[in-house]
Amino acid sequence: MGIELLGGRILAPFFGSSVHIWGSIITVFMLSLSLGYLFGGKLSTHSASLTTYGTIFLIAAIALLPIALSSQWLMEIIFLTIEDSRYGSLVASMVLFFIPTVILGMLSPYSVRLLVKSSNESGQVAGKLYFISTLGSALGTITTSFYLVLWFDINTIIFGFTTVLASLGLLAILISKVKGLHYVE
Amino acid sequence: MAKQLLFWLGLSTLISVAQAQVIHQERSLYRNILVEDRGDLRCLKFNVKSSNTQQSCFLKSQPQKLVFNYTKLLMTSLLMMPEPKRILIIGLGGGTMSNTLAQLYPNSQIENIEIDQAVIKVARNYFGFFENDSVKAYNQDGRIYIKRALLKKQQYDWIILDAFNGDYIPEHLMTKEFLQEAKALLSENGILSANTFSLSELYAHESATYKAVFGHFYQVVNQDNSNRIIIVNRDGFTVNSLNKNNIPKLNTQLRQYGVDIFSLYNNMSFTGTVQDWPKNTRLLTDQFSPVNLLNTQ
Repeated sequence: MGIELLGGRILAPFFGSSVHIWGSIITVFMLSLSLGYLFGGKLSTHSASLTTYGTIFLIAAIALLPIALSSQWLMEIIFLTIEDSRYGSLVASMVLFFIPTVILGMLSPYSVRLLVKSSNESGQVAGKLYFISTLGSALGTITTSFYLVLWFDINTIIFGFTTVLASLGLLAILISKVKGLHYVE
Repeated sequence: MAKQLLFWLGLSTLISVAQAQVIHQERSLYRNILVEDRGDLRCLKFNVKSSNTQQSCFLKSQPQKLVFNYTKLLMTSLLMMPEPKRILIIGLGGGTMSNTLAQLYPNSQIENIEIDQAVIKVARNYFGFFENDSVKAYNQDGRIYIKRALLKKQQYDWIILDAFNGDYIPEHLMTKEFLQEAKALLSENGILSANTFSLSELYAHESATYKAVFGHFYQVVNQDNSNRIIIVNRDGFTVNSLNKNNIPKLNTQLRQYGVDIFSLYNNMSFTGTVQDWPKNTRLLTDQFSPVNLLNTQ
């Protein structure tokens, strides 16, 4: 959600701040989240492990980087090729946000797979996960829009998000390695 | 007694109705638009029925008279330039600025850019905004219009930035990058005038950004200190940039619009002589422009 909010800021210099900007951003986020859920669920059926889970975090962190590093020239090309700012903003959101959001979307179903031990408790686990992820989205939205933009550059905020995601990923991989060692012993 | 009270109640309602009458109201994609008549005065308002959200006003009996303070303040820009031939106005409002300039300079080309199609319609229907071969209105975001104009290598003698109202400021129209784009559109002697605010924490950030892009600038602030006009040119002003020789001629030209160029001239200040914001103020950029948050503080 933090990234989604910054999306409007990132696109504005090239595609303006008309309502269709938000139309484009929300469409792309919803589309990529839905696909992410689908792929994440599918992936969780093949020998799910904490290592893979951590790897998804790492890939998501890397996929976010182009938003900070390459958005200028990407948007410039799109601005020059597409005259209509509605489709321009849609294509730009697609290019910048589609891949990272699909990957972030994969995390939810994968978490369910890792946490559910029996079908009896699956509803409760899913409920808790929805609770945490949606609450997290709410907090991400408010802190980004109220405070982060007041203190930092957009790119700094994105690098911040990347660092958090990468650290979580590394933590997950580390934990799974430590656990693995215990099993060997 | 009761009868008398009723009579007075009835009369006072009648008077208040006559005082302010909403003659048009619509909800556009961006805001609520109200057109209100108060006797001879007709005003365009955004969002609420309070008096501080007026965008544009005119007197129905004297449509050419500039009622709004800041529209008069904008005229100070004329002290620094020869007759403008190509004019770009970002933010139409009621179209009063466009109408005045079209009358003042009939040979000029005027392009009005307005993000809200409903505002263009209201300006045409209620404020006598007129268009012809040399006066046009385009429905687009100002930043996009400027970017496209750059690609077409267009030049303007006067760019008027009037896209800000008290409630909400388009954040992408205040950044260093945007000002650089606008600067690149100016002709050799071209002038850019921005109608903004003089209160709030934004003042310093905005001033620092303009200074960084254009160099020293002139400004005029109105009596209640709510509006300020920033005037810049392509190469930065020096102390002698004001052309006093223009004053008598402008005075005759502008008197019919209710503009007193002498007093405006006396109210102008130059940042080369007085700079009233901290030197280390952070610039507004596309990366950092929380201008609406700063404006409330």
